[in-house]
Amino acid sequence: MSRLPMIIASVAVVATAGIAIAGSHGGNPAVKARQAHMSLYAFNMATLGGMAKGEIEYNADAAKAAAGNMAALSTLAQGAYWVPGTSTAELGEETRALPKIWEAGSTAGEIGGRMAEAAQQLAAVAGDGKDAMAGALGGVGKECSACHKGYRQPQE
Amino acid sequence: MKRFLLGVVLLGLVVAAGVLWLTRPQHIAPERFANLSGDAANGETVYFAGGCASCHKAEGSEDALSLPGGRRFTTPFGTFVAPNISSDAATGIGDWTVVQFASALLNGTSPEGRHYFPAFPYTTYARMTDQDVVDLWAFMQTLPAEDRANEPHDIGFPFNIRLSLGPWKVLFLDRDWVQPADTPELQRGRYLVEALGHCAECHTPRNILGGAKTASWMGGAPNPSGKGKIPDITPKSFDWSATDIAYYLESGFTPEFDSAGGEMAEVVANMARLSPEDRAAIAAYVKALPAAN
Repeated sequence: MSRLPMIIASVAVVATAGIAIAGSHGGNPAVKARQAHMSLYAFNMATLGGMAKGEIEYNADAAKAAAGNMAALSTLAQGAYWVPGTSTAELGEETRALPKIWEAGSTAGEIGGRMAEAAQQLAAVAGDGKDAMAGALGGVGKECSACHKGYRQPQE
Repeated sequence: MKRFLLGVVLLGLVVAAGVLWLTRPQHIAPERFANLSGDAANGETVYFAGGCASCHKAEGSEDALSLPGGRRFTTPFGTFVAPNISSDAATGIGDWTVVQFASALLNGTSPEGRHYFPAFPYTTYARMTDQDVVDLWAFMQTLPAEDRANEPHDIGFPFNIRLSLGPWKVLFLDRDWVQPADTPELQRGRYLVEALGHCAECHTPRNILGGAKTASWMGGAPNPSGKGKIPDITPKSFDWSATDIAYYLESGFTPEFDSAGGEMAEVVANMARLSPEDRAAIAAYVKALPAAN
């Protein structure tokens, strides 16, 4: 009970901030934030995936740093930029986020939860050698695909 | 003159009847499989390389070993509903013989002696070895029975005339390999792609009758669902390294570390179950493709 007013207040603040930003810049700020979030995943993945592929020599410290970033990113509170009203139905080509994300029966939130678990598992073993890291990376990739498969509009 | 026209029509009907007779669904002779016995372990590899579950699992299901069918595929020819191919004897294919199974995969002929629509990619599976057919059958019999009755396809005229698929097969069911392959790795890759993986079913454009345009082999095509485009994977516009391709098939990650979505995510889920050597062989095959027209 004591948390409810806090949550309402947070949502109100975020919504107001969102509207304010939307009014002053081009593009939908929630979409831009989501895409920035994905870019940060991809940037850290490039280090880990490059090592898994054998294109970059495995380095435990670099792997741990990148995997730690993945884990941190996956646990950020993202609700404010996955707000309803920002799907392809409302924004057209500006986003590839399908309306299904927000519809009843959506599993996008669960996938996000599994993604966070997989990323933490990755961070836990990233320093234990290339094979351990590459194996855990597969678990992360599975969740990336799970969400992109059902909830992202195919390219073009 | 009237008699002449009548004669032309009659002759046409006779020729048409002859063509349909000659191109009638072909069963495989049971003797051909009499001395083969199935190895379910290899059958599992064939199963994942062949991507059976991508179409035959339930809509939205993540269970790659459950094959109740029911997924709907909207195409320019109509809507196909994937049938139940689980081991259920009543609603699935559990009461089939291995020879009936082989006739389906290799000839596109149902146990009742009807042509299957080529939404079932038998133009690819026709290149499978007999041993792989038997092994796949052995594996699929270990999968659970699913009690789900089949629904009819919703195909418009004239494509709903199954007899017309006889001449269609003459035109487009070609058991020869499409690409040359002169090393064991390329041959394995070609087998995985051209006989099992049916990559070309989406990556190669089709002509007006739905046959593959082999001159544009893997050159990209409109998405059969009507939305978007399946990319070219030949050197015309595709420059991933062999390592990139193999890693993508294992993990779903592109060289930019975007991750596979759409139907390709289903493909990756299957390819991830293959050996690293098999994924490398597919990558080698893709790298050896000529640039599409």
